[in-house]
Amino acid sequence: MGVYPWVAWYAFRRYTAYPLSSAAEAVTNTVFGFMRAYVLIALWAARPALGGYDAADAVTFCFLTQALIGPVQIFRGLELADRIRTGDVAIDLYRPAGLQVWWLSDDLGRASAELLMRASLPLVAGALVFPLRGAGPAVLAAFAVSVVLAVLVSFAIRYLTALGVFWLRDDRGLQALALVMSLFFSGMILPLVVFPGGLGTLAGLLPWAALIQVPADVYLAKRTGADLIAALGFQAGWAVVLLAAGALLTRAARRKLVIHGG
Amino acid sequence: MYGLLAWTWIRAAAQQPVSLVLLTLATAIVGALDMAAILVMFARAPRIAGFEAPEVLFLYGTSALSFAVADSLFGTTERLGRHIREGTLDTMLVRPVSPLIQIATEDFSPRRVGRVVTPTGVLLLVVPRLDVDWTPGRVAMVPAMVLTGVAIFAGLWVLTASVQFVLIDGHGATKSVTYGGAFLTQYPLSMFGREFVRGVTFVVPLAFVNWQPALYVLDRADPIGLPWGLRFAAPVVAAALCALAAVAWRAGLRHYRSTGS
Repeated sequence: MGVYPWVAWYAFRRYTAYPLSSAAEAVTNTVFGFMRAYVLIALWAARPALGGYDAADAVTFCFLTQALIGPVQIFRGLELADRIRTGDVAIDLYRPAGLQVWWLSDDLGRASAELLMRASLPLVAGALVFPLRGAGPAVLAAFAVSVVLAVLVSFAIRYLTALGVFWLRDDRGLQALALVMSLFFSGMILPLVVFPGGLGTLAGLLPWAALIQVPADVYLAKRTGADLIAALGFQAGWAVVLLAAGALLTRAARRKLVIHGG
Repeated sequence: MYGLLAWTWIRAAAQQPVSLVLLTLATAIVGALDMAAILVMFARAPRIAGFEAPEVLFLYGTSALSFAVADSLFGTTERLGRHIREGTLDTMLVRPVSPLIQIATEDFSPRRVGRVVTPTGVLLLVVPRLDVDWTPGRVAMVPAMVLTGVAIFAGLWVLTASVQFVLIDGHGATKSVTYGGAFLTQYPLSMFGREFVRGVTFVVPLAFVNWQPALYVLDRADPIGLPWGLRFAAPVVAAALCALAAVAWRAGLRHYRSTGS
């Protein structure tokens, strides 16, 4: 302990430092929320009860997605990737603190800031226009746990992607591939319940489902009782596996890195 | 001059061939995701909002192709706010080339071509399958609507970039016009609310990118009953928008004061 809460706190301060910029992002999230909501409403008008959702579930899902884009960081990787490319990571490794835990603390601070700054506008605007689903206190508590786990899985994936730079030198190709996976298999573009047959089953098993689809299902009370435990277990399982992989890869990277003196 | 600067950036990008190939591929796949979403939706429902898969794919193809070309040519203008903040715009101003061209060509890379591949392929596959009585007018309308679409998106890029002269942090919100417009025009506007459609026809003229011309090509009635003549108004709209963007850019540049640090 000791230093990590401070890392998180400073990240939180940094990401709340430009409220106008955050508000501008939230506006775009809201606009996209409305456009996607209309598309989903049209789909559910053609196929009511598709994938066990009704139209109100689908619209709620859509605005939840837009609210979570910032916190689970669908579009961007970790700043760490840039630091590895430029060599600034040498300073990070020089600190008497674990590289992974340091960046995890940083990311948790960032996620809380973005949850605070960017999540409410899409949800409030959506609720004013469409009849969004509400949730009871028990469901909200489970949803909060699920969002925290989603942020952990998201960090674990982005950390692995960033470490790839140690071997590839240029991260943009890998970053773009990671974007494809997180856009399509998280439920961001379409709810995963819409995916047909084998594609749907596969998408439900991949770690990206833990980012958006699972938290949304928890909020919509599609997963209750033992199924809720299974859903949270699925997220926690991927978080543990991917964070462990990140720890192993960090050790390999430490051996791989050669820092040229200057 | 645009060509020369673009070529310089292409040569720079070619120094990292593996990364370049990966990036081109990844760019093409990201562009194809929206198409995948449309296919998944139509795998579940044969008709959505009165439209069938080939028609929606036609809208996707024309919109995505126009957007990809406009984005390749002018997409990097969205970095204006960052250039102002970091003071690099000042460097551009002392060079004897228009700053618009310098920003637009920045990081120009062949990977931008990757985005053109999917929509072009979709159009080549889908256009022959459309259930349309191909008169010469309709045939001519297809390339014409792609070109006017490019002009409209290009105008929107420059216009939204000009907004950043005033609102330096505005980039987050203006994305809803550029990227949002690219998303919106992939779908039939009949999916959206009536007032919303009026907004994207008369305020932000996204309906002219492909929706109005497509109503002519597909020979359909306008779901919200706008005049028939609007189907041919796209070139006028595109010209007016580009003129407005040019004026806005010049005005922004004239009133620009460096951050002074």
